[in-house]
Amino acid sequence: MIQLNKLSVIYNRGILTALHPTTIEFRRGEFTVLLGTSGAGKSTLLRSLNLLNTPTSGEVSVAGVCINNARALRNHRRNTAMIFQQHQLMRRQTALYNVLAGRLGYYSSLRSLLPMREVDRQLALHCLERVGLLDKALERVDCLSGGQMQRVGIARALVQQPKVLLADEPVASLDPSCAHQVMSLLQGLCAEKNMTTVVSLHQVEFAKIYAQRIVALVEGQVIFDGCVDELTDDIVKKIYSTPLLGSY
Amino acid sequence: MSVSYNKILQKERLKRRKLSFQLVLIALVIVVCAYVSELFDGQRLIAGVPSLLLIFSESIPPDFSDWQSWLRPLFDTLAMSIAGTALAMLVAVPLGVLAARNTTPHVLVYQLVRGMLNLLRSIPELIMGILFVAAVGFGVLPGVLALAFHSIGMVGKFIAETIEHADPGVIEAIRATGASSFQVMIHGVLSQVIPQICDVTLYRWEYNFRASTVMGMVGAGGIGFELMSALRLMNYDEVSAILLLILLLVTLVDSLGASLREKMK
Repeated sequence: MIQLNKLSVIYNRGILTALHPTTIEFRRGEFTVLLGTSGAGKSTLLRSLNLLNTPTSGEVSVAGVCINNARALRNHRRNTAMIFQQHQLMRRQTALYNVLAGRLGYYSSLRSLLPMREVDRQLALHCLERVGLLDKALERVDCLSGGQMQRVGIARALVQQPKVLLADEPVASLDPSCAHQVMSLLQGLCAEKNMTTVVSLHQVEFAKIYAQRIVALVEGQVIFDGCVDELTDDIVKKIYSTPLLGSY
Repeated sequence: MSVSYNKILQKERLKRRKLSFQLVLIALVIVVCAYVSELFDGQRLIAGVPSLLLIFSESIPPDFSDWQSWLRPLFDTLAMSIAGTALAMLVAVPLGVLAARNTTPHVLVYQLVRGMLNLLRSIPELIMGILFVAAVGFGVLPGVLALAFHSIGMVGKFIAETIEHADPGVIEAIRATGASSFQVMIHGVLSQVIPQICDVTLYRWEYNFRASTVMGMVGAGGIGFELMSALRLMNYDEVSAILLLILLLVTLVDSLGASLREKMK
């Protein structure tokens, strides 16, 4: 459904190849985990999917249509929600305000200067309820715990009513119980809304529990692409034994 | 369920209404202030345009014929800004340590130094210039002192506040190594805030250079004196030439400061 065609990303004017030319497709409703050490290119691949990274070569296409102009990009990003490791919320604003920001793609620039529509407010509250934070709707985000902030981030993604959900290390800064809570929430949402979900992780155990499909990256190259059962110990060793090539 | 939704939304709406009420109030205050400042006196504003145009037309083309006599004052101005900033930093860092709540030796010292910094900040540098001219006579020296003392007030407060925001965890970690309190101060506190101190030094230097260009007006050295005499004689073409030179130097100093700051990142 969403596809990278020979897409590569090179940073620092050609010094660092973060992602070698990669062709890969993510199918509708599939829960994929990107596995790799930090610096392996997980984030780069993920951020290429909604073009937060500009590809050095290659293209992104959705259902066969290439994303090549501003209008298509805006449309694509509206349909492709993202969750970040560091939450990336407006800390001094309320949870509800942060979640409502997820609706911006549905408003014109001028219209968004005025308060948002009532239906969108209801929808935002519905999403907060789905992640179990309805009672925190009017709390400032910086008063919430790390796990709660990440769930606000998920609600902001959900309110976009996306077809694709990208999560960049969503549990890396959470304790194990919070992490499982967030991962099963993502898994449940993927099934419930039939969303194409791509999550980058660095823990194999989490990947094995939650993923339908695992894509492993080493030094900017896909070295494994298959279901959980096919992920042998040898491959796991290969993912983690490669010396780090400096961080990006 | 939707009952509780409506409750939350109602609460939120109330908050928003309160905010817009406050915004209206602020707007009202601004309008009143603008009225008191006669900003709405359209006739007077329009009447001012012709004289402004006259001065403008008299100042073109700029008259650079006297440029040789401006070189020394321009150099003095530059030297004044650098020396003044350096002197200010020398005094402001220790004062900043004394005026930060987490490093001050005593509450009384804290209050005293804070009060002193406030006093220094509240005296404009031109007034300081006049005072120092009275104290040490005409020339560059009173200008340097005026810039330095005014700067101490601002930079000292900034450093104190930066120190107060320093990460207590790092300070604790340094203390845990068995460092003396002097070592904690240098390696735990100051090493954390050095980037900010460098930043504010460069900003202050840029500011002081702009401020030093007017110091000459009160006899405290630099290009301001030439500017003032050209203005008094209504030689507007010379005034515009000097202003252009100052603009050139300000731009140079600012871009030098910016590139230094970029390098230190």
